[in-house]
Amino acid sequence: MKFSYYPGCTLKTKAKQLDLYGRKCLEKLGVDFEEIKEWQCCGAVYPVSKDEVATKLSAVRTLANAKAEGGKLLTLCSACHHVLKRVNDDMKNDDNIRLKANNYLALDEEYAGETDVIHYLELLRDYVGFDKIKAAVVNPLKNQKIGAYYGCLLLRPSETLAFDNPENPKIIEDFITAIGATPVTYAFRNECCGAYVSTTSKDLAVKKSTKVTDSAKNAGAEKLVTACPLCMYNLTENGNGEVPVYYFTELLAEALGVKE
Amino acid sequence: MDRKEQAKLIKERSGTDVRKCMKCGKCSGRCPAYAEMDIKPHQFVSYIEKGEVEKLLESKSLYTCLSCFACVERCPRGVAPANVIEAVRQEVVRAQGGNKVQAEKIPETINEAIPQQLLVSMFRKFNK
Repeated sequence: MKFSYYPGCTLKTKAKQLDLYGRKCLEKLGVDFEEIKEWQCCGAVYPVSKDEVATKLSAVRTLANAKAEGGKLLTLCSACHHVLKRVNDDMKNDDNIRLKANNYLALDEEYAGETDVIHYLELLRDYVGFDKIKAAVVNPLKNQKIGAYYGCLLLRPSETLAFDNPENPKIIEDFITAIGATPVTYAFRNECCGAYVSTTSKDLAVKKSTKVTDSAKNAGAEKLVTACPLCMYNLTENGNGEVPVYYFTELLAEALGVKE
Repeated sequence: MDRKEQAKLIKERSGTDVRKCMKCGKCSGRCPAYAEMDIKPHQFVSYIEKGEVEKLLESKSLYTCLSCFACVERCPRGVAPANVIEAVRQEVVRAQGGNKVQAEKIPETINEAIPQQLLVSMFRKFNK
C-alpha cells in the first residue's frame, strides 16, 4: 500500500524537523510513500460556514489527486489534517458543497470524498502498529518523562475527526511508551494553546500556553511532544519556558536511530 | 436587509440548529476563552435564536474565540456554538471595511519563529 504524503506549507519552512524526521522514520519502518504531486496549501483553518466553497477548493484538489494515486492521504501537521479531513467529510456528506466544488473544479472524475485522510500517528497505530515500532527501536528513550500535547485540531469535533477519545486520548501516550519513554498524563493536554490569536491578542495566547506548560511541569513532564507547528510556536514562545517542546517525529527518529 | 433576515442568514450559514439548545451552559463552561468574552458561547446561541443580531456583530468575542471546538464537542444536544460565532464573524469581516487585521502592520508584530500557519489562519479568520 502506497501513501500520498502531504507536507503542507509550514513543514517546508518553519517546521522542517517535523517533515525531515517524519520521512526518515517512514523509510526506516518500510512504509511506502511519495510526496503528493502539485499539492497546495490546505487553507490552514477549516472554513466552518456552510456557504464557503471557494476556500475549500485547494483541499479538494489535494484530496482528488490523492484519490488518483491510490486513495491514502498521509498528513503530519494537525491543522492540515483537520482541514483535509473535514473538507473530505463535506465532499462525502454535504450535497451542496460537493456539487458546487465539482462544478467549479471540473475534474476528469467527480470527487465525492473517496480518499482516506490518515494522520501520521494513525499510520503508526493502525497500519504499522506500536508493537512493531517498539521492536524497531534501537535507542529507547529510557528515563525520559514526556507529556503528550494533543491540542484541539486532531481531536475535535470527534464526530468527524474520529482520531481518539476526545476527552481522554491515549494515542500519543502509547507512542511515547513505544519509543521507550515514560508518558506523563496532565490535565491540560487537550486544551487550546492560544491558536491564531498570538499576534492579535498576545495576552490570551500567553495565558493559554502558560496554563498548558504549567500543568505539564507540575505533573512531572520534562518535555512535551506535539504534531502541530502552531502549538509548537505558542508553547515555546508563549509558555512558561520550562518545558521544551519537540515534534513527535524528532523523538521517533532518535529512538529508531535515524536522527543525525 | 433587516435584522430578522440577517439573523436567518447567519443561522443558515452556521449549519447548526440553535433551537435544540437546552441552555445547560456546558459550552461556556468548557470555553478556554470564556474570561475574554463579553458575550459567551451559550449567549451567541440564544441571541441568534431570538434574532438579536446587533450586539453580536459588535462583540469582542468574535476575536477571542479560538475555534478549538471544545463547545461543539461538549454540547449534549448536538448544537455547535463555534459555528454560530464563525457565522457572525463572517458577517462582520465580509462587509466592506470589516477586516480586523491590517497587513501593513503585521511586520512589527511578528518575529522569525512565527509559522506561516499562524499568519494564514489569522487572515482567514479575521479578514476577507
